[in-house]
Amino acid sequence: MAGRVAGKVAFITGAGRGQGRSHAVRLAEEGADIIAVDICRDYDTVSYGMSTEADLADTVKAVESLDRRIIATQADVRDAAALNAAVGDGVAQLGHLDIVCANAGVCTVQAWHEVTPAVWQDTLDTNLTGVWNTMVACAPHLIAAGGGSIICTSSTAGIKGLPFLAPYVAAKHGVVGIARTMANELAQHKIRVNTVHPTGVDTPMGTGLGGLNPLIERDQNLGPIFMNTLPVEMVDPRDISNAVLFLASDEAQYVTGLEFTIDAGNTIR
Amino acid sequence: MAGRVAGKVAFITGAARGQGRSHAIRLAQEGADIIAVDLAGQIGSVPYAMSTPDDLAETVKEVEALDRRIVATQADVRDYAAVKAALDDGVAQLGHLDIVSANAGIFSFGTMEELDETHWQDMIDVNLTGVWHAAKAAIPHLRAAGGGSMILTSSTAGLMAIPNTGHYTAAKHGVVGLMRTLALELAPDMIRVNSVHPTSVDTDMIQNSATYELFGADLPVEQRTREVLGSRFQELNALPIPWVEPVDISNAVLWLASDEARYVTGVTLPIDAGSLTK
Repeated sequence: MAGRVAGKVAFITGAGRGQGRSHAVRLAEEGADIIAVDICRDYDTVSYGMSTEADLADTVKAVESLDRRIIATQADVRDAAALNAAVGDGVAQLGHLDIVCANAGVCTVQAWHEVTPAVWQDTLDTNLTGVWNTMVACAPHLIAAGGGSIICTSSTAGIKGLPFLAPYVAAKHGVVGIARTMANELAQHKIRVNTVHPTGVDTPMGTGLGGLNPLIERDQNLGPIFMNTLPVEMVDPRDISNAVLFLASDEAQYVTGLEFTIDAGNTIR
Repeated sequence: MAGRVAGKVAFITGAARGQGRSHAIRLAQEGADIIAVDLAGQIGSVPYAMSTPDDLAETVKEVEALDRRIVATQADVRDYAAVKAALDDGVAQLGHLDIVSANAGIFSFGTMEELDETHWQDMIDVNLTGVWHAAKAAIPHLRAAGGGSMILTSSTAGLMAIPNTGHYTAAKHGVVGLMRTLALELAPDMIRVNSVHPTSVDTDMIQNSATYELFGADLPVEQRTREVLGSRFQELNALPIPWVEPVDISNAVLWLASDEARYVTGVTLPIDAGSLTK
């Protein structure tokens, strides 16, 4: 079939819903087959409900309705062995791997003195170590394919010190560091590594962050940090997926090491 | 017609050849009509042959071969009145304006100690002031259209220093400041402004004896071949390639120009084979 990523295979973490599902659908629309993982389980430390097995099944249905293949597995990005198995199984069934979306993430809102050790650890384990585990599990398959594109999901919080999100900010900044390092180490294999940096996205995570407004009201000086430059409050998952599609496609064959903001101008204020 | 920028009109400076022509063709392939300007002439301080009226005519032919309309005018980006007249005329003929590619640029080199004032001034006038002229002339048209996308051509030298090109580096850094200011000023009108930052691109701007001298000053002239110097250009990049092709920049321009990037503004987008990450 025609399409901007026709014939490619993409591995996507956190594909049960939100941005991950949107990436799966957008890449499938343009001809890619999908290997999807999601934890499909709640965290004790995260206040909003996480994705479910039914969500992941809906992603499968959405991709299959586009006549693309999808191998979906329930797996936790904190578990390197489980990720390796899921990627290995997907590649065995779909033949090769070309695109990696290290997208899975969690977010909690609290002032610095309210950050518990458990919140810190869960956020770093998922949002930073999970991205690392994903890259390490996938890189050998990309090398075998003769090249590829890794897209790590960071955030405006990977560029700015957003208040009340300290563990999230730490993890998302860390993602930029490992992406830059891997861009250098993997360049010889024609593997490109880039990060995407959304502003607030209209997803269950993005809209589930209760508690931010009361904290901003305590220190109103901090409110403008969250404001976008374009007159939009949030962007849609598909806006991020369109950037992922560009970076995944051969149109971006020489783009690597980029921090790609899809942020309505949030970080230039 | 279908296409990722179908029905849009794009203004492109420096459209006679190289990246500018490539942008015109790529945007036309995806459904845009084109307003093209180019000096199509020589600037004394530029050490390689610049584009000609024949080059600009070739761009016209290639866009028309794609069944898109193009209004092409010989104009110097240093001359604001000429840029504005060419753009206003193009918009009058094609109906509206949605995309701006401020691409026209020159290259020359010399250490900061040795560079003469003419080289400095020509560089700033074309590569920085010329970009502002294109943006300034376009703003009322984009506002009238209810929004749009400006893409300013900077360089890896807009985000890092490259010795022997201080004037080029200064101008291209200046483009980033201009882009960020425009992005803030124009956001309320839903006009997005981003910059692209190519590494070496395989065009006449680098494939000439003067630029070969910059990269191969230690070599006898007859050894300064594309192949030999390619390995030196490659040292700038992380990916194992000497240079990128014009279409690689055009694909980034296309993406930024399209509605797929509707909430992307203020980005410095490198198409640099990892040059900035090294």
